[in-house]
Amino acid sequence: MNFEAVKAIYLFEMARTRRTLLQSVVSPVISTSLYFIVFGAAIGSRIQEVEGVSYGAFITPGLIMLTLLTQCVGNGSFGIYFPKFTGTIYEILSAPVSMVEIVLGYVGAAATKGMMVGLIILATAALFVDLSIAHPAMMLLFFVLTAITFSLFGFIIGIWAGNFEQLNLIPMLVIPPLTFLGGSFYSVNMLSPFWQTVSHFNPVLYLVSGFRWSFFEIADVNPIISLFMVGLFLLICLGVVAYIFRTGYKLKN
Amino acid sequence: MAPIVSVSNLSKTYKGGFQALKGVSLDIEEGEILALLGPNGAGKTTMISIICGLVNPTGGQVLVGGFDVVKDFRQTRSMIGLVPQELTTDAFETVWNTVSFTRGLHGKKADPKHIEKVLRDLSLYDKKDNMLRELSGGMKRRVLIAKALSHEPKILFLDEPTAGVDVNLRKDMWRVVEDLRASGVTIILTTHYIEEAEEIADRIGVINGGNILLVEDKAALMAKLGKKELRIDVSEPLTAVPDALAPYRLKLENNGTSLVYQYDTKGERTGITALLADLAETGIKLRDISTHQSSLEDIFVELVEARS
Repeated sequence: MNFEAVKAIYLFEMARTRRTLLQSVVSPVISTSLYFIVFGAAIGSRIQEVEGVSYGAFITPGLIMLTLLTQCVGNGSFGIYFPKFTGTIYEILSAPVSMVEIVLGYVGAAATKGMMVGLIILATAALFVDLSIAHPAMMLLFFVLTAITFSLFGFIIGIWAGNFEQLNLIPMLVIPPLTFLGGSFYSVNMLSPFWQTVSHFNPVLYLVSGFRWSFFEIADVNPIISLFMVGLFLLICLGVVAYIFRTGYKLKN
Repeated sequence: MAPIVSVSNLSKTYKGGFQALKGVSLDIEEGEILALLGPNGAGKTTMISIICGLVNPTGGQVLVGGFDVVKDFRQTRSMIGLVPQELTTDAFETVWNTVSFTRGLHGKKADPKHIEKVLRDLSLYDKKDNMLRELSGGMKRRVLIAKALSHEPKILFLDEPTAGVDVNLRKDMWRVVEDLRASGVTIILTTHYIEEAEEIADRIGVINGGNILLVEDKAALMAKLGKKELRIDVSEPLTAVPDALAPYRLKLENNGTSLVYQYDTKGERTGITALLADLAETGIKLRDISTHQSSLEDIFVELVEARS
């Protein structure tokens, strides 16, 4: 294992975050604060409690998940796409590193950044609403697994993408609808049976539900199933990355 | 001694069906400077890319230091430094960081002293805190060389290192190459600048259309294929080569004021004595005589034209 290389890639990516601090950290905090002001304070005060939790608090786990997914997919995809775009990928490919080290470096950095922003959102949320975390260990487990899974997912997109439009396609067009419709702002139990069934095909539902359970012990699906599903997505992403590793897909001729 | 790089029967067909390499074999000895000459699209970059791990081969094998470049890529790639043809650098990194990054990628612990030495050798040290996008093309080329040297490679590949490079950088670069050779580093460079190959290489390989046409010791190559020209300038312009001189197949040039005789320096007899004697008999007055040795460039053009 070439740990120096993992460290080099990880620090390189983290340095990019420092250079783009405003865009990386400040902008998600501002946009999330806006959600709290609009949904939590302005509208939320007129909405009754959802399953015994104030609306502002109820949406907090979903908002953190929304940010975590967007950040991890965005960072994960950009990190590997950019060297492909500029051509500096030659360095990574001609270095004595395996795909495992490349993934550890890029995905590790993307997940770290995503989690940093996620934690800042959590802290921001605590300013607006009363928060309690019933199962901190489970909360952390969901948080970390989701960050890794979606950073991997982003990494795959970054390798697949042939141009900037494709790079932005999934983060912009797929992640937000899935998150909004995955019960971030409501409980799927409020929906008609048909739409409840449809919602269960949405992978984000399991993340949000499990994550919310670790805060308030209320869930749309059994938290064990949620955890299982997160693990399943992680395995699928690892499988795809393994395939890329074996074939050199889109990386080597 | 076993060659440090051994390419055997290497072939590469790209997705579109283009066959860039057609069963190339080549041994590179440790410590030598090998120049690969060839026109654009000859397969030089493809071969280097396969050795360095950027391109997967379609067939054949490459051993570096006895290790297979596909199976034992960790061993082979730690030995190799690559300076690519394109000026591909990050934009917002500093010179120091990007060079240190390459060292890290190759699994070497940080060594600020070594990085400083590499930067100083390439006259880059005063730019160490500059962002890469602020650098000129020549400076970026220096950075790429510094990156390749950051991890102390045993083999250095320079792919068209002097394309678009000014005289100063060339001097710096060849000085660095000389130092590296002195320390035992094997250097493989591709170039169109034939004078360069002639100046610094120990051996020269000519590659065209995916085949290696020849690999020879530079001196041997020059001697083997070298032809000389004897140029005789005459006082009065001639309208035709005199019949008495027909056996020498002279060419008349410069509006009839120069007679050009081509001969092989390796031949048993060059025929110069006889020619000069016959020339004296014709009574033609001579102004000057000069000889010209064909350069590597002439040899190269001849080879590539003959085989294509």
